[in-house]
Amino acid sequence: MIIKLFTTFFLIGLFTFGGGYAMIPLIQKEVVITNHWLTMTEFIDVVGIAEVTPGPIAINSATFIGYKMAGIAGSALATLGVVLPSLIIIVVIASVFLKVEDNPYVKAAFSGMRPAVAALIASAAVNILPNSIVDVPTAAIAVVAFLLLRFTKVSPILLLLASGALGIVVF
Amino acid sequence: MLWSLFSTFFKIGATTFGGGHAMVPVIHREVVDTHGWLTNEEMIDMIAIAEVTPGPVAINTATFVGYKKAGLIGSIVATAGVVLPSFIAILIVVSFFLKIEDSPIVNAFFKGMRPTILALVAWAAYRIARVTLKEWMAYLICGGALLLVLGLKFHPIGVIALSAAVGLMHYGVRSALRPGDAQQGGNRVDN
Repeated sequence: MIIKLFTTFFLIGLFTFGGGYAMIPLIQKEVVITNHWLTMTEFIDVVGIAEVTPGPIAINSATFIGYKMAGIAGSALATLGVVLPSLIIIVVIASVFLKVEDNPYVKAAFSGMRPAVAALIASAAVNILPNSIVDVPTAAIAVVAFLLLRFTKVSPILLLLASGALGIVVF
Repeated sequence: MLWSLFSTFFKIGATTFGGGHAMVPVIHREVVDTHGWLTNEEMIDMIAIAEVTPGPVAINTATFVGYKKAGLIGSIVATAGVVLPSFIAILIVVSFFLKIEDSPIVNAFFKGMRPTILALVAWAAYRIARVTLKEWMAYLICGGALLLVLGLKFHPIGVIALSAAVGLMHYGVRSALRPGDAQQGGNRVDN
């Protein structure tokens, strides 16, 4: 069981690019449909819990499912499995990238990629907009938070906690 | 250095909810502004690398920065630091198994926090756009990428690969036309 947890989450870690919500369909397929470790309802609860706890969803669900199936050892191995592919790949890339960083063709490729990164992040903002701004107060929080980030040196962490506290008072 | 890597990435892991692009400003602030471990350009390149490699952005960045500053050990220490907070948090949640998502107070907290996450993501996009959008080709790539990902639902990997190809042709040909530049490792290919 522990080995199955490790290999399944290794696969999930290997095939989910970009992270975040893009990983959910794959995790769902492996965990609910292929291995029957969770029912669909339990799976939705796990996604909910992953939302309210710190860290990436892939890590949270690996830890949760590993613990449910095989205790602490299961959670440790599932988490290791999901992290390992990125660790190995980035170490390989970093060792190459830091050597070729100044190559003009590498520079040219990255000059092309940077504006696309701006576009991808802007599109992430567009995607989360409908779930974030649901009424006038939430719209106001978003605008004020953006202006604070733009014109002051406020810590993003502090801003998150403050807006959560404000939420408890207002909603 | 190892301790500084561990504690910084532990802090990043402990304070980023939901993951993904909302983490970018927190990582940016710690890694570029506070510690100077990466330049602005390297940070943006890192996001591009994270988009085309498997795994969450936070883990990829931790591994990359850790490797750059302290080799293989550094990458393991930084990655452990960023993973540990979620690991501990989930263990606590499952061992109590409170249905915290149904509590009205927790719901209100998250309703208040979500618009700020949106603002953080928008801010990350704004900051990167300000650094990168310097000439017409950059505007063209950015506009094209937006159209592909939002309008045509392209996968981010495809968008990054296409923009790299466009960059290679446009900026690469420009530096090949000035061969002296290319041979010397030409830093005239700017931004």
